[in-house]
Parts: sequence; structure tokens; C-alpha cells
Amino acid sequence: MELLFSTCLGVMISCGVYLMLRGRTFPVILGLTLLGYAVNMFLFVSGRLQTNLPAVIAPDRLQYTDPLPQALVLTAIVIGFAMVAFVVVLALRASGELGSDHVDGRKENKS
Amino acid sequence: MNHLIVAPLLLPLLMGAIIVIGVNRSITLHRTLGLISSALITLITAVLLYQAINGPIQMYVLGDWNPPFGIIMVLDRLSAMMIFITSLLAFLCLLYAIKGTDEQGKNFHALFQFQLLGINGAFLTGDIFNLFVFFEVMLLSSYGLVLHGGGARRTKAGMHYVMLNLVGSSIFLVGVGVLYGLLGSLNMADMAVRLAHAPAENAALLQAGGLILFGVFALKAALLPLYFWLPNAYGFTSAPVAALFAVMTKVGVYVILRVYTLIFGDHAGVAANVLAPWLLPIALVTLVAGSIGVVASRDLRRTIAYMVVVSVGTLLAVIGTFTADAIAAAIVYLPHTTFMTAAMFLIADMLRQQRLDSGSELTPDRPVGQERVLGLLFLGAAVAIAGLPPLSGFTAKLMMLMGVQSHAAAPWIWSLILLGGLVGLIALGRAGSVIFWKTVPLDDTGLEAFSKKPHANIPRFGSACLVPVLMLLAISPLLVLFGGPLSDFGYAVAAQVSQPVHYIEAVLGSDAVAALLSAGGR
Repeated sequence: MELLFSTCLGVMISCGVYLMLRGRTFPVILGLTLLGYAVNMFLFVSGRLQTNLPAVIAPDRLQYTDPLPQALVLTAIVIGFAMVAFVVVLALRASGELGSDHVDGRKENKS
Repeated sequence: MNHLIVAPLLLPLLMGAIIVIGVNRSITLHRTLGLISSALITLITAVLLYQAINGPIQMYVLGDWNPPFGIIMVLDRLSAMMIFITSLLAFLCLLYAIKGTDEQGKNFHALFQFQLLGINGAFLTGDIFNLFVFFEVMLLSSYGLVLHGGGARRTKAGMHYVMLNLVGSSIFLVGVGVLYGLLGSLNMADMAVRLAHAPAENAALLQAGGLILFGVFALKAALLPLYFWLPNAYGFTSAPVAALFAVMTKVGVYVILRVYTLIFGDHAGVAANVLAPWLLPIALVTLVAGSIGVVASRDLRRTIAYMVVVSVGTLLAVIGTFTADAIAAAIVYLPHTTFMTAAMFLIADMLRQQRLDSGSELTPDRPVGQERVLGLLFLGAAVAIAGLPPLSGFTAKLMMLMGVQSHAAAPWIWSLILLGGLVGLIALGRAGSVIFWKTVPLDDTGLEAFSKKPHANIPRFGSACLVPVLMLLAISPLLVLFGGPLSDFGYAVAAQVSQPVHYIEAVLGSDAVAALLSAGGR
């Protein structure tokens, strides 16, 4: 499972970085979103990967999965979502004001 | 428990929320609430600063979940000084902003309050994930403020700023995740104790985690490869916002100072002093690059924005020696550079409004309308920023140079800081002579060939605009007059910062300090 997880993360991060380096705002935002997902998954496994273990402490259980990363990820997801919503609105406004959807506001749109 | 500690966070949060609810009410209401809130926060942080100078390190435990489990706010001398500087600067910027800037958008005052919440929170928190949350609060409001007023240049600069910081936030989470996965704690004091006991097999990952976090802090502080967003974002945004943002890069400086002395200090075992080989060279190169930007830019506001980069490079080069004397000197320099850069942004804005053809660009235009007042203000701010006697730039720089003189890299630091000062002097002198002396006559032919008159329909600034700027500038001679107490305070801050056991003892008690000492730390 560790191998599958890390491969997944690697693919997501590399796709995210590739998209972020594009010149138009839409791929850049997609790249930021992908990177955000990958980072959230990474944060989630910072409490180690466990199968079928509860996160809530009960007297008859000996092993638990770490509940804190789950709380952290929840916070990170909420913040990340708000940020993506903001950057989408900003990109729309920029394409209106600059007359181009290039991140530098270039007119010829060669990306 | 001292409930006053949490007031610099709750008050702007509450006021911001009230202003948002009344978004369609009159701007007078917004202004009143914003000013009341900022004035109160300034008073409260002054009281907190007084307590911190004379008392021990205080802790505020939210929800009574004792550390290392809950979220805590920690008030030591460094954080008390930072929140006081922020609040005072915010109050003066707001006084300037209510003269028209805030009418360009509905939510200026609410965003301004949330901005204060984020900055004060980042200074006070004792938990590294909470630091991330406050960074996001700070950034989200700053996105709104950067774009306040609109316009193509602001939008473009704002977009770069937003996207870079989104990547920065992701990387922050990676760093926090690495450190949490290995240490199992997010409380900064607890992380320090656990790091001292970390096994050697995790050394590489722990050091990587520390340096990943440095990448994010360097983006906030605008260090060399990561400062390219700053000149446009600060140079093109509205003046009170740019003036307030003079303290935002200092958040990065503060966090670097905090994290790399508290968590990754001498006691940190396998990851001890992880930043020490990097910070000084990077800061010096930033200083050089910023100085080049200062002379190269053709726009007064961008010149000042590059001066922010220079001041960050100076501060971190001095802090990068990680000695108590140098940190004390940096503490003395920090309020000076923050307030003077802010004053210069406001002066540049007034000059821009009276130069209708050129704005803040450094090309000859008709003379400014109030050339005596604005010229004197410009002169005062330029003398302070360039570091000439008798104002505070001189004493602060002198103290920094003396603070680093025993360090091996002292010749480099001395020459680059002095060179940076000279370059700043040249750039400001050139800007002043272009703006005030090299003015264009009314027309080239006829009777009025030699009469130099300002534009007819320019705004004239009354005392309401000039007083906040004067108050900012008046801080500089005060910093000199009270130089003795200030440098004593600097040494007191440096003593706390360079001895993180005091911080750890205040947060976790003496058992944790014993555990730290048993691991071989000092």
C-alpha cells in the first residue's frame, strides 16, 4: 500500500507542477488544485498508513490510527478550497481586465 | 491566565465581522469602527509590551487544553514588540486611508481588520499548524487588499502574488507534515524537546523538513530567488496597503528568527542549526539584488518596494550570524525600517497624486503642488531610510555593524550593508532631484517659458493626510532619543530568543527543560 500511495502522490505532484508551469491561468489553477490534493494526502499519511483501525479512543482497542492528521487535513482542505475559489474569481477578473487569460496578461496568447 | 493576550486577535475578528454585516451601511460607520478597533488594539498591545518587558513569558491556553495538546498563544518580548509595531502601524495607515483610499471598494475596513487578525495571530501563536492557519488568514485578506481599487496593473501583480503564495502554502503543509510524521507534535516548544531526542536515522528527513519550511518563510520574507513578486505587488497597490505591508515581510523575518532558534537551535540534536550555513549568504545576495533594483527602477514606489527587499536582506544577514549581540541590533533596526518604509510609501502616494503626467515615475513633470511640505517630508524619510545621522537609520545601522564585528563574515556584512546604504542614498537623491528640482516649465515658448507652476486641478493635502505621515516620521527621532532603553530592550529580547529554554519552560514546565538538557542541549 505504501508503494501505491507514494506512486499516486508522485504522479499527482508531477502533473500539478507541470500544469502550474503553463502560461494560461486555467491550467495553472488546475495545477494548483492537483498540488493541493497531493499535499493533503501527504499530510494525511503523516500519521502513518493503517488499515481498519479506529481514530477514536475506546477502552477495548489496543491500536489506533493517529486522529490528529485527519483534523489537520480537514483544516487544510477547507482553506485550500477557499483559496481555489478565490483564485478562480481572480483569474476571471484578470481575463476581463487584461483582455487575455495569460498569467502575464500578454495579448498574443502564445503559451 | 491573562486574557488580554488574546484580545489583539478577538477584537479585529469581532470588528471585522461587524463591519462585514454592515457592508451596505455608510462608510462613516466603517471608518469609526475600524479606527476604534485599531486604536484599542494599539493600547492593548502597548500594555502587553509593558508586561512583557518587565515580566516573564506568558502563555494563553485556548479552551484550557494544556500544551502540548491544545493551541496556545505565547507572549514573549519578541512577539509583544511585533504586535505593538503592527498595531501602531495599522492605526496610522488607517488614519491615512480614511482620506479617500477606503472609498474605492466596499470591504476595505473589514479586510483591514482581518489582516490585523492574521498578522497578530502569526506573531502570537505557539503552534506551527496554527501558524499556517494564521498565515492563510493574513494572506487571504492581503489578496483582497492588494487588489483594492482595481486596475490592470494591480490585477496582474495580484495574480502573481496569489499564485506564488498558494504554492507556498502547499509547501508549508509538506514541511509541517514531514516534521509531524517524525516528531508527533505541532507545539513548537514540544517539537524542540522531541527534536533533541530524535534518533540519528531521521536526521536527513528532519533537516529536509526544516529547510522546506525555510523555503516558505523565505517567500514570505522575500529572500533572493523568491522576492520577484514583491516590487510589483507593493509598488502598484494602494498606498496605505503598501505601508501596512511593510510589516508583512517582517512576519517572515520573525518566523525565521523564532523557528530556527526555538526548534532548530543549538539544542536540536541531529538537526541543530540547520539554517546557519544558508541564511547569511542568501540574505547578503538578497541585499545586493535589492540594491540593484533600488537604483534600476524608474518608479518611486517600486524603488521603495525594492528598499523593503534591501531591509529584509539587511535584517536577515545580521540575524544570520545567530549571535545575541547581532539579534539585539536587528531588533533595534526592525521598528525603524518598518515605520520609515511605510512613511515613504505614503509620501510617494501624495507626490503621485500631485504629478498628473508622470505619477510616481521618475521622469520630469510640473512641480508638485505643496513642494515645501512634501519636500521636507521626503527629505526626512530619505535621511532616515538611507541611514544618515541624526535619524534612527544611522544609529540602528551602527549598532548592527558593531553587533556582527566579531563574526568571521563581518567584512562581507559590513561592506554590503554600507554599500546598500550608499545605493539607497543615491537612488533617493536622484528621485528627489527629479521630482522637486528637475521640473518642466508651463510651455516652451512665449511669456510663460520660465514660469514653473503645478498642475491646476491637483488635490491638496490638509493636515488629515499629513499628520499620520508626520507621526510615522516622528518615530524616527524618538527611536534615537530613547536609543538607550531601546538597545537595552533589544538585548533583553535577544537574551530570551537565544536561550529557548526559557520559552520551553514557560510553555511546558521545568520537566520538559530537564528532558531537553538530558539530551545534551544547553
